[in-house]
Amino acid sequence: MIYLELFISFFKIGLFGFGGGMAIFSLIQMEVVSHGWLTPQEIVDIMAISQVTPGPIGINCATYVGYTIGGFWGSVLTTFALVLPSLVIMLSVCKAYFWLSRRFQGNPYFTETLRMLRFAVIGLIASAALMLMKPTTFIDPTSWIIFAAVAVLTILPELKKNKVTNLLSHPILLILLAGLAGYFIYL
Amino acid sequence: MFFQLFWTYLKIGTFTLGGGYAMLPLIQREVVDRRGWIDEEEFLNMIALAQAAPGLIAVNSAIFIGWRVGGWKGVAGAVLGAVLPSFLIILMIAMVFRDWKDLPAVEAAFKGIRPAVVALIAAPLFKLAKAAKISWLTALIPVAAALLIWLGHVNPVWIIVTTIIATIIVVRIKN
Repeated sequence: MIYLELFISFFKIGLFGFGGGMAIFSLIQMEVVSHGWLTPQEIVDIMAISQVTPGPIGINCATYVGYTIGGFWGSVLTTFALVLPSLVIMLSVCKAYFWLSRRFQGNPYFTETLRMLRFAVIGLIASAALMLMKPTTFIDPTSWIIFAAVAVLTILPELKKNKVTNLLSHPILLILLAGLAGYFIYL
Repeated sequence: MFFQLFWTYLKIGTFTLGGGYAMLPLIQREVVDRRGWIDEEEFLNMIALAQAAPGLIAVNSAIFIGWRVGGWKGVAGAVLGAVLPSFLIILMIAMVFRDWKDLPAVEAAFKGIRPAVVALIAAPLFKLAKAAKISWLTALIPVAAALLIWLGHVNPVWIIVTTIIATIIVVRIKN
């Protein structure tokens, strides 16, 4: 029963996938190859497609594999199976967090832990940016100019807050502008 | 509430490339700056929880915000919004345009977008550091964490676990 196998595989991936998209991708790779569902070449293609299409990488992979193996309902099933463990676990984590924040308001263990975690998380985000600073992302000096321009426009509202800087710092607009710039520079 | 959360996360899901961390600047913009559903401190708490729990960071964050803002209906709206764009786009690609990524125009646009995504992740760090009231001493924590993950290939989950344990020990000694 292919649908049951697909469900179990992607439920497992959702349950044991710590560390977000990239880490989950390696789990998907293992599951999909061991079942003989896709060839290694197809997996590389999925990664490439996932990186150039919007949305969470894990969802992209699950949808693609599900469709290739089981058609439309296969893709619904794999996507649902991937999200299901998150729903159960993250909801419990949220409930615990909100309960603890009320119960232990002012408790030094709780407030200090959260404060330190906020610092650690800033490091996590920084590492995500650092890991993307590689030759495949920054292909030439123009890449750095685009990087600098987007960084400046993002920080600008912090220095001078008005309607114009606020509008120009919007991530969606900046992505569209960068895409347009790429089209005219590299085509 | 269902529709507000659905719409917000639909936008986030449609306009972020690269998943997970690349979604954070847009989530911050929409959820903290624009809607004011949570403040910057809670935004950072959310990332720690979303990272510590298994699953996708984007989906976990949708569950957190959804639950915080609108309970069960909020969770349903936010998760559907986060998942749907990516699901539909991939479905379309899998069904029809298998070779679209080889189009020179698409490839050229993405050459411009990739460095922009890195800047979008890096630049808001200053604002977040300010919101977390970071000092020269506590700045060592994010620097150490970033280096351990970047150069040491340490799993971020261990950074979170270690931070929790270390803080409890330090508070214990202080008292």
